[in-house]
Amino acid sequence: MSESNPIADLQALEKEALAAVKSAQDRESLEAVRVMYLGRSEGRLSAILRGLPQVPEERRPEVGKSANSVKERVSNALEARQLELAAPSAESELDLTMPGRSRWRGGLHPITQAVDEIWHIFRDLGFARARGPEADTVWYNFEALNTPLDHPAADEQDTLYLVDSVLLRSHTSPVQMRTMEANEPPIRIIAPGWVYRRDTYDATHTPAFMQIEGLVIDEGITFVDFKATLAEFARRYWGPDTQVRFRPSYFPFTEPSAEVDVKRIITRPDGTQYETEWLEIMGSGMVDPNVIANAGYDPERYTGWAFGMGPGRIAMLKHGVQDLRTFFENDIRFLEQFAR
Amino acid sequence: MNVSTKWLIDLVPGLAGGPEEISEHLALRGAPVDDITSPGRDLSDIIIGRVIRARQHPNADRLRVCEVDNGEETVQIVCGAPVVKDGACYPLAPVGSILPGDFKIKRSKIRGEVSHGMLCSAKELGLGDDHSGIMELVGDFTPGESFIDAVGLNDFTLDVEVTANRGDLLSHVGIARELAASGEGHIELPEIPDVSDLPFEYQTGAPEVGHAGFSVRIEDENLCHRYIGAVIRGVSVKSSPEWLQARLRGAGARPVNNIVDATNYVLLELGQPMHAFDLAELRGQSVIVRGASQKETEFVTLDGETRPISTDMLMICDEEVPVAIAGVMGGNNSEVSDRTVDILLECALFDPKATRTTRRKLGMSTDASYRYERGVDPEGLRSAMERCIHLVLSTAGGELEWPILDCNPVPFESSTVELRVSRIEKLLGIPFEAGYVGDLLAPLGFAVEKETDGVLHVRVPGFRSYDVTREVDLIEEVARTHGFDNFPDTLGPQRASSVADHPLFQLEDRLRAVLVGHGMFEVQTPAFCPEGEGDVEVSNPLTTVEPFLRSSLMPSLLRRVEYNMARGNRDVRLFELGTSFHKRGSGEPPLEEPHLAGILTGRREPPHWSREDEEFSMWDLKALVVDIVGRVYGEEVRIESGGVKCPTLLDDDMCICVREGSGDIVGYAGRVTDEASDLPVWAGDVWSFELALPRNPSKGTDVVVTPLPQFPASERDLALLLPSAVTSGEVAELIRGSAGPDLEALEVFDLYVGEGIPAGVRSVAFRLRFRSIRKTLKDKQVDKNMSAVLKRLEEDLGVEARA
Repeated sequence: MSESNPIADLQALEKEALAAVKSAQDRESLEAVRVMYLGRSEGRLSAILRGLPQVPEERRPEVGKSANSVKERVSNALEARQLELAAPSAESELDLTMPGRSRWRGGLHPITQAVDEIWHIFRDLGFARARGPEADTVWYNFEALNTPLDHPAADEQDTLYLVDSVLLRSHTSPVQMRTMEANEPPIRIIAPGWVYRRDTYDATHTPAFMQIEGLVIDEGITFVDFKATLAEFARRYWGPDTQVRFRPSYFPFTEPSAEVDVKRIITRPDGTQYETEWLEIMGSGMVDPNVIANAGYDPERYTGWAFGMGPGRIAMLKHGVQDLRTFFENDIRFLEQFAR
Repeated sequence: MNVSTKWLIDLVPGLAGGPEEISEHLALRGAPVDDITSPGRDLSDIIIGRVIRARQHPNADRLRVCEVDNGEETVQIVCGAPVVKDGACYPLAPVGSILPGDFKIKRSKIRGEVSHGMLCSAKELGLGDDHSGIMELVGDFTPGESFIDAVGLNDFTLDVEVTANRGDLLSHVGIARELAASGEGHIELPEIPDVSDLPFEYQTGAPEVGHAGFSVRIEDENLCHRYIGAVIRGVSVKSSPEWLQARLRGAGARPVNNIVDATNYVLLELGQPMHAFDLAELRGQSVIVRGASQKETEFVTLDGETRPISTDMLMICDEEVPVAIAGVMGGNNSEVSDRTVDILLECALFDPKATRTTRRKLGMSTDASYRYERGVDPEGLRSAMERCIHLVLSTAGGELEWPILDCNPVPFESSTVELRVSRIEKLLGIPFEAGYVGDLLAPLGFAVEKETDGVLHVRVPGFRSYDVTREVDLIEEVARTHGFDNFPDTLGPQRASSVADHPLFQLEDRLRAVLVGHGMFEVQTPAFCPEGEGDVEVSNPLTTVEPFLRSSLMPSLLRRVEYNMARGNRDVRLFELGTSFHKRGSGEPPLEEPHLAGILTGRREPPHWSREDEEFSMWDLKALVVDIVGRVYGEEVRIESGGVKCPTLLDDDMCICVREGSGDIVGYAGRVTDEASDLPVWAGDVWSFELALPRNPSKGTDVVVTPLPQFPASERDLALLLPSAVTSGEVAELIRGSAGPDLEALEVFDLYVGEGIPAGVRSVAFRLRFRSIRKTLKDKQVDKNMSAVLKRLEEDLGVEARA
C-alpha cells in the first residue's frame, strides 16, 4: 500500500457517500448508507480517522479538520434526503386531509351582532346613532318624558337610584330628550345602550340589559310614516313574508302608543313551512306633544314617533337562546357559535 | 285583572267566540291576555250526587254509609264527614274519576263496607281551604249532572294585562265596553235573582249628611270627594249561593261570605271598591273621614297585620277610632263576621295620588287601592251602591234603612275636550270625517256635544276623566277604534337627519373589528361590581352582592376568565367595550368614561401537528396594545415601562402604561397577579389591558401617501452590548436621532445573554435600513452614518458594539 493520502481518501469518500445518499430510495437504505459511511465502529469515515496516528504529526490538524467538514456535509445530505423521503410525494403520499394551520378566530358578542344588524337596516333608512349617559336624572328618565313619579306608570320600571334625583336610566328614552336638545329637526336617530332595572337575574330578566331607542321628529311626520318605517324594518330584519301587527298600548311618552308584533314564516330543512306565534318585539308610538314641548319644540309644528326594543330578546328569539343569562356568562363555547 | 268569560258574555249578550277569540279582540284593543285558565279545569269528572239516606257505619264511629243517587242508579258511598244531610246534593267523584293532584278514585272497601266513589270537600276540589266537611250545594240540582256545569264553573278566566292609564278596564263592565266598541253589541248588567226594583232615595249634603239613625262627615274633601253610606239591618251572614261563588271563582276571586262576596262582586263588575262594616262594632252613630290623629300610630287591618299609620293618611273612623284605611283596607275591629246583623256599606271616591302615597308607605297593594290609584269612575258611585244593596238583599236578606246618605263635598264636573278634525289627519296621516269620528268615539262613552268650524266638542265620561284630558288623547281613541291595522303602511319621502352618527360608535366599530381580527371574543357584562371595584354606589340595590358600579372593566373580564376556566376552557381571549363610572361632587351624576379592556391566556395559536404549543406572553400583549393605542390615539402616545404604578390586578414588575399626548395615563397592560385571580393550578399566565377611550373621538388626520421608493436600500446589522441600566428603548431612540435622515427603518432582531458576554450585559441586535429618496446610497455614506451612531452610543449611553 503506497503512502496514504488521507485528504484524497476523504474527498473520494465524500463523493461516494453523497452519491449513495442521493440514490437511496427509502428510509431503510438511507440508514444503511449512514451506517456504511458514518457508523461509529464500522463506518468508513471512522476507519480513516483510526488511521490518523499514522499521519505525520504536522498534517494531523489539516486532516482532522477536513474529516470533520466531510462528516458535516454528509450528515447534512443525509438529513436533507431524509426530509425528502419523509415528504409526501405528489401522487401517493400527499395527505391533504391533514388539518391546516389556523389562527385563533374571534367574534362579536351575539347582542352586538343583533344591534349591528338592526342598526344597519335603520342606517339604510336614513338614521344615525346617538348616545347619552347611563346615569341620568329623574328629569330626563321620567319627568321630561311625561311620566310623573307619582303615577302608577312609573312603577312599571322599578328604578335603581344613585343619589337623590340621579338614577341609572331605566330605558334609553332619555336619549330622545338629550338629542332633541342638542339638535334641530329633522331628527332620525337610533340609540343603542345599556339600561338598568331593579330586577334579579332569571331566564328573562337581568338588572342590566341592552336597549335600542329610535326617534324621528320633523314636520309632517304621521302615524302612517311610523307604521311604514317599522313594518319596513321588520320585513328587512325577519324576511319579506313577515307579518307585522300594531297593537294599542300605553307608554306615557307616546300617544297613540303601540306594541309591535311580528309573525314569521319559518322554512324547515325539508322545505315545508310554518308560522310562528305573534312575537312582541318593541314598544312604540307617536311622540307625546308634552315631550316635544319639553324639548323646546313647538308640538303644533313638529310631530314624530319613537320606539324602544330589546336586542337581547330579539337575539334570544332569533338564535333559540332559552336563558337571557347565557349572554352574560360569556362561555367561549357559546360565543364561538356566533363567530361567523 | 282576572276576567270571567261567562261574566263578559252575560254583559255583552252578542259576544261570540271562545276565550281565544275574546283574547284576540282584547289584544287589538290594547288589553292583551297573558294567560287563560279555567276554575273547573281538573273537575270535569265530578258529578252531582244526591244523598238519599245516610246511616252510621257499623264498624266505625266517625264514618257514615250513604245511599247516593248518581243520576243512573243508587250507589253506596262511605263518607267521613261529620254532617251528611239526607236529600242534599254534594259533588260526587265516581269510581274512575281523577281529582286535582292526580288522585284516582277506586272502588274500595272501608271497614267492611263497599264505597263506590267519594263525596268531596271544597279543599279536595281545589275550591277552598275547607275540608271540615263535604261541600253542600245550595240550590236546585239534578243528580248525575256535570258538577262544573251545574255550579257554573264551566268558565274561562282571562288574565288581562291592563295598562297603567286605563283604570276603567279594571272591571268586567270596562272590558265589556271595549269589546262592545269593536262591534260586539251593547252592554247589559246581568240580573240579580230574587230581588225587586227598589225606589232608591238619597239624602245628600256636605261636609256632613245624616239623619236620626246615622250620619257621614268628610273632614278632608281634597282626599275624599264623596262618601256614600247605606245601612242594612237584619242580614244573615252565610255562604253565597253557588251562582255568586262561581262568578267570583271565574274572576279568580275566592268566596268568603255573602256580604264580602257582594262587595267583591261590585268591585269586579263595575270597578268600584266597596266596603262593609259590622255596624255593631262602630262606636256612635256616624262615620268620619279624616286624617289619622297624632295619637293614632298603629292600626290592625282585617288581614290581622298591625300597620304603622301617620297623620298624612286618610282614615275612615267611627266616633272614637279609625275603622279602615281609606281606599286601602278595612280594620279587623269592624270586620263583618258570622255574628254580624247590621251592616254599613261604604262606596267612596278617594284621591288617586293620596291613595298611592299611603299604600306605598304601608308597602301594600289591595284590589281597592289598585283601582283608586288608577282612577275610579266618579259618575258610577250611586249605581255601584245600588248594585251592592241588591246583592246583599238578595243573598243575605235584611232591610235597607232609608234614605241612603250621600256626602258629596266635591261634585264631579265632567269635562269637554276640543278636537280639531284637521289635527287628526296631521297626526294620523289619513283624513277623517267629523261624523265618522263621532261614531268611533260614541261606543266608548264619549259624546260629541257640538261641532263648530271643524272642531268637535267632546264630553268625556267620568270613567275616562283620568286619562283623556287633551286633544291628542282623543286622537288616540280615534286611531284605536278605527283600528291600527286599517292604516296604510307605505313609506313616504323623508328628510335626511340633521344628526351625524356619533363618532364613539364608529371608533367602537373599528376596534371591535380589529380585536376580532386578533382572535378575541367580545363579551358583555353588567356594570355592577362588589365593593372595592368602584366608588359609585347604588342606593337601592336589590342584592347586596354587587351594589357598586365598576370603575374598571378588568375585574369583570378576569371573572369571565375564571368562569371559563372553571368549565375547562383553557384558551381564553376576551375583550369588552363598556362604561366606567367615577364619583363626582355630591348630588351630581357620576363621571362616565368609555373603556376598552382585553384579557388573554392560554396558547397563542391553535394547536397544530406541525408545531409546538406556545403560551401568550408579555410581547403578545404589548404588540396588541400598541396596535390598539395607535388606532385610538394616533402617534400622540407613549408606552412607558418601569416605575409604573399599576392597577391592583396587575403585577408592578410586569406592567406598562399608556400616556396620552397631554401626559395623562389612559391605559395599562400587564400580567395579572396570582393573588388577584382564582384560577385552577393548570392555568397559565393571564395578560390584560384596559384603555380609556375619548368620549368624542376626532376623525383623525387624512393619510398622506409616502411615494414608494425608487432606489435600493442598504441594510446594516448592529449587535450592541447593553449594560443593565440601559434599555433597548433608549438605544433605539438614540439610533433614530443620530443615524441621519436616510434611516428608513429600525428593528430589533435578536437578544442574547450568556457565554461570551459579560455578566449583566445583554447583546441586542438591531437592523438598520437606510434608503435615500433621491439616489442609491453609497457604502461609504452608510458607513459614515453607522460610525456616527456608534460614536453617540458610546458617548451618551456607554454602549459598544459586540466584537
